[in-house]
Amino acid sequence: MVMKAIYVILFLIFAPFIGGLLDGIDRIISARMQRRKGPSIFQPFYDLGKLFSKEMIAVNNVQLLLNLSYLVILVIAGAMLFAGADLLMVLFILSTADMFLIMAASSDSSPYANMGASREMMQMMAYEPLTLLVAVGFYLTTGSFHVGTIIQQPVSAVLWMPGLLVGFMFTAAIKFRKSPFDLSTSHHAHQEMVKGITTEMSGTTLAIMNIAEYYEIVVILGIFFLFFVNSTWWSWIVALAICFIVFLMETLWDNISARLKWKTVLYGCWVVTLVAGGVNILILMLDK
Amino acid sequence: MIPLLIGIPAALAVLFQIIRNEKVRGYIVYAGAGIIMLTTVIFIGTWIGDGAQTWMFYPETEMIDHLMTVGDIFLMCLIIYLSVKHGKVLPIILSVAQTALVIYTEFTAEVAEGPHMMVDWLTILMCVIIAFIGGFICIYTVGYMKGYHHHHKEVKDRQPFFFSMLFLFLAAMFGLVLSQNLVWIYFFWEITSVISFLMIGYTQSDEAVNNSFCALWMNLLGGLGFAVAIALMAQLHGTLQLLEVVNIGALLPLMCLSLAGMTKSAQLPFSTWLLGAMVAPTPSSALLHSATMVKAGVYLLIRISPALEGNLVGIIVSSIGGFTFIMASMMAIAQNDAKKVLAFSTISNLGLIVACSGIGVEETVWAAVFLMVFHAVSKSMLFQSVGATENTLGSRDIEDMHGLIIRVPKLAYIMGIGIAGMYLAPFGMLISKWLALKAFVDSGNVILVLCIAYGSATTMFYWTKWLAKLLCYHIPRDTVKDVTRKDEYISMSFHAIVMLLLCLFLPVVAITVVNPIVRELFGNTHDVLSMSVLTTMAIMLVSIFIVPVVMFFISRRSHQELVPIYMNGVNEGDNRFFTNSFGGKDHLYLSNWYLRFEFGRRHLRIPSIIVATAVLVVGFCLVIGGVSW
Repeated sequence: MVMKAIYVILFLIFAPFIGGLLDGIDRIISARMQRRKGPSIFQPFYDLGKLFSKEMIAVNNVQLLLNLSYLVILVIAGAMLFAGADLLMVLFILSTADMFLIMAASSDSSPYANMGASREMMQMMAYEPLTLLVAVGFYLTTGSFHVGTIIQQPVSAVLWMPGLLVGFMFTAAIKFRKSPFDLSTSHHAHQEMVKGITTEMSGTTLAIMNIAEYYEIVVILGIFFLFFVNSTWWSWIVALAICFIVFLMETLWDNISARLKWKTVLYGCWVVTLVAGGVNILILMLDK
Repeated sequence: MIPLLIGIPAALAVLFQIIRNEKVRGYIVYAGAGIIMLTTVIFIGTWIGDGAQTWMFYPETEMIDHLMTVGDIFLMCLIIYLSVKHGKVLPIILSVAQTALVIYTEFTAEVAEGPHMMVDWLTILMCVIIAFIGGFICIYTVGYMKGYHHHHKEVKDRQPFFFSMLFLFLAAMFGLVLSQNLVWIYFFWEITSVISFLMIGYTQSDEAVNNSFCALWMNLLGGLGFAVAIALMAQLHGTLQLLEVVNIGALLPLMCLSLAGMTKSAQLPFSTWLLGAMVAPTPSSALLHSATMVKAGVYLLIRISPALEGNLVGIIVSSIGGFTFIMASMMAIAQNDAKKVLAFSTISNLGLIVACSGIGVEETVWAAVFLMVFHAVSKSMLFQSVGATENTLGSRDIEDMHGLIIRVPKLAYIMGIGIAGMYLAPFGMLISKWLALKAFVDSGNVILVLCIAYGSATTMFYWTKWLAKLLCYHIPRDTVKDVTRKDEYISMSFHAIVMLLLCLFLPVVAITVVNPIVRELFGNTHDVLSMSVLTTMAIMLVSIFIVPVVMFFISRRSHQELVPIYMNGVNEGDNRFFTNSFGGKDHLYLSNWYLRFEFGRRHLRIPSIIVATAVLVVGFCLVIGGVSW
């Protein structure tokens, strides 16, 4: 119980910092890949500070409320993950949180924000099947949806679910908002629909959205962590290292690929889900 | 008590034929619905006072049996008359075949006597759904029909007939869920088929008539399946008790009953009739979709589900259910007519329920019952709010509901709660989905797991885009006057409150209502959900309800300066117009995605019907051929 509380508190306090640092690292590495120097690793935090200091302007009165709800519900999902709760529930709440973001973006008749919101829905439809299958895979491998049980297995779950890992790496690019799947918004404003889902967000509202994104990065990496962790202590270190590598690979992928059309994204994700995830689940079902 | 439950609505139905004054009729509807609810409450009170044991009734019913035979023949004659009048052949063949089969069986087969009616927890739950949701739909109808005939001058005003049908439907549903003898269930089953046929044809337009006959033949096909099941049970096993069907577990009768259940609950390949039923006035859709008709189908399937576990029939039923779940939800994406979306979502949700009952273990039946309750409440609410919106806006296109929250806030809130109830995390659908997914995995059916994984993604898509449309802040082009009447609001608010209470008291509902049902069906005391899971759920619910409220107050404290939105051209100042490249003023128009070329009905309907039919036919062949699994 105490351990759980500690994990949750650690998550609540450090997740935005880890997320922010990862974002900083991502920026530097991207810059070096593009033969630029890039900003300081702490740039995301300077950005946040600046956003919070801005004058409060908004297009309506509900956007801030919806964005705050997005943040808090996302944090609840993350806290449940780190408290060792039910993985499937965590995923369900995660998509509820995303629902608030979509509502925030479409709360005004702004054309770009609405387009971003529509694309966000499309992306959810693309990655949702795989995340559910990942939960099912853990259930089949370890006999439980509970994160607390999953991390205490004698062998890492990835041995049983390599297909699901590949699929999850594929679709996680959507969650990290990385190219080629950054349809709804991206970290760069030079795109066909301005900043998509965040077009109408500014100042504090945008800062909240960014913090939520940092939490989300940590939650997603937490799920990657589950693939590799087992009851031995050194597996934790290995899992952390692999999570970092996964993140770097997403950065690499972001820089070497161009944005795709929605159809390719949707069908691509669904086919990968079916082939990598479905086959993996089938084998698990037959074998276990 | 039981004769009262069936008798009161039936008597009211007759009364509406006599009373022609609109005002008086309105009051009688209110009073009648109130009496039905009161009777149900008293009935449940006595039952619980008696220790909530299973009651069995009426072992000797010679007289009523004969009356029912007469009733069956009357229904057959009615169908023949109407089919001849409209030049249809198929319904006549189906109707004559099944009526003859049932009557022949009744007079020739020796069957063991047994109780004809039974009261247990599942019956009680169904009675509550029928009495309260059905009752409030009747109350809603009074106000709605006034508005309807105000808008649709071309439709002949046949309101007395419509109200008669509504109440008769409730009577038949009470009879259906209380009956235990197959012949009795069959009798009420046929009544519901015929009444839905008559209600769909209310407007008498060509489309309505065609659709009503489509509904008729499909339901009669299910009825034929029912009749065959009766004949088989009587001839081979010498019993007509529904409980015995489950206990004996003979595959062919089960398959026939499942066919009946699947036609009623509009599963593929029979989903066409429910979509066609949309031509009728909204209250009849609300009734067909939530409290009655389709629920009769899933009720029967839930009743027989303990016998479906792990056998061939169960596999067929759950495959068709799972397949329907995903296909219907994909087709719902391409619809912009609100009622069509609701229809597809009903079919898809019923698919999930059917899949659950096809697996037939405690967890899935638990999920099925839960889904049924939530679906009944939120679907009824959604249909009513869409109906009211249609009367107010003059359109039921989702695109026209852009910014409904500004134009008609009350209806938008009700619709929003209904939509949230259908898919969002804090509401009951989630826990059912959670359980269903777990049970599907346990049953080792990988296809069903994939169906639910993809299906929930597509479900999320079509609900979210509708919800986003409702909540979009937009200064309306023209103001509309909310013409929704008070009785409509009473009914809708009742549903909204029930929905919220169901969410807040989810663990209570689970323990006091759903657990006993599962225990009775399976005869053991193992709890499906542990208390800790339920507590987690409750905490989650409360937090998700509270978070936005708290955030509301926090965000209110910050002072924001409102600015116009970005339009990539000069915003003309009020967020509605922008300056286009010719320097002129252009109106902003936003539309949702419908993906017609990918998920349109035209592309998916025929293939999915073919696949489902194939599964059904192959299933029947295997069962008849006696292939063991």
